[in-house]
Amino acid sequence: MSETVRLYFDVDGEDFTSAGQASVQVKKSLRQLGIPPEIIRKVSIAMYEGEINMVIHAGGGKAEVLICEDCIEIRLRDQGPGIANIEQAMQEGFSTAPDAIRSLGFGAGMGLPNMKRYTDEMKIESEPGKGTDITMRVYL
Amino acid sequence: MKISVIKELLGAEVVCGEDQLDREVYSACGSDMMSDVLAYVKDQAVLLTGLVNPQVVRTAEMMDMVCIVFVRSKSPTAEMVALAREHGMVLLKTTKRMYEACGKLYANGLVGNGVAR
Ligand SMILES: Nc1ncnc2c1ncn2[C@@H]1O[C@H](COP(=O)(O)OP(=O)(O)OP(=O)(O)O)[C@@H](O)[C@H]1O
Ligand SMILES: [Mg+2]
Repeated sequence: MSETVRLYFDVDGEDFTSAGQASVQVKKSLRQLGIPPEIIRKVSIAMYEGEINMVIHAGGGKAEVLICEDCIEIRLRDQGPGIANIEQAMQEGFSTAPDAIRSLGFGAGMGLPNMKRYTDEMKIESEPGKGTDITMRVYL
Repeated sequence: MKISVIKELLGAEVVCGEDQLDREVYSACGSDMMSDVLAYVKDQAVLLTGLVNPQVVRTAEMMDMVCIVFVRSKSPTAEMVALAREHGMVLLKTTKRMYEACGKLYANGLVGNGVAR
């Protein structure tokens, strides 16, 4: 897999109003690179869900997007509380989001299943108290 | 349906995107939950919502939507308007409530189908 383009973002966990900025930027870059719209759609939605999760559940983190010859890889790393039961977190409707987050329009427990649905590969590694690493791939 | 017709049907005010009112749209969805918009919306071009924060505009941008209608007289913030301008999106605002606004558009042919599964 020969790496062509690499995008890197610090995702601020302090400020909810900025959540999603990295994904907007990635979408713009993918358009400029001439990536097909249906691929851009998948990458954008999966990354946006993951980025919002880092902000609301983990106090921010780091996002990296690698655009390779045969796939786009999205890596999300945070040092938040981690996910104790990944299988449970992957269920539609499971959410630990507080009411304050729900009043902002998130916290339906749909993000992780949606990320899985829009990507071809998804791997979650998480340790309670240490953080969460998510790697997703969309094939080109 | 042209966005200008949506504006007429809802007696809406154009917040930004005046130059885009001739664009044709075929379907819409109404929700205050961006989680649900991300999970269930497929190709709907119009979002009706009563929620006001920048993630509404970003969510619509991620879903390739072209127009957001704010119901119940909600006003988008300057930051949201700037974001929408950047993406070439139309923002409308109406005094109508969600149920009536959706009903008016649906009854006039703007469908809501396209649920992802
Ligand atoms: N980066 C993360 N760090 C810690 N916990 C997480 C992280 N991402 C997800 N979770 C946990 O997994 C649960 C399910 O996540 P998911 O994205 O599916 O739903 P949600 O974020 O609660 O709501 P929605 O995505 O619909 O807005 C979260 O409520 C949270 O408990
Ligand atoms: Mg989520």
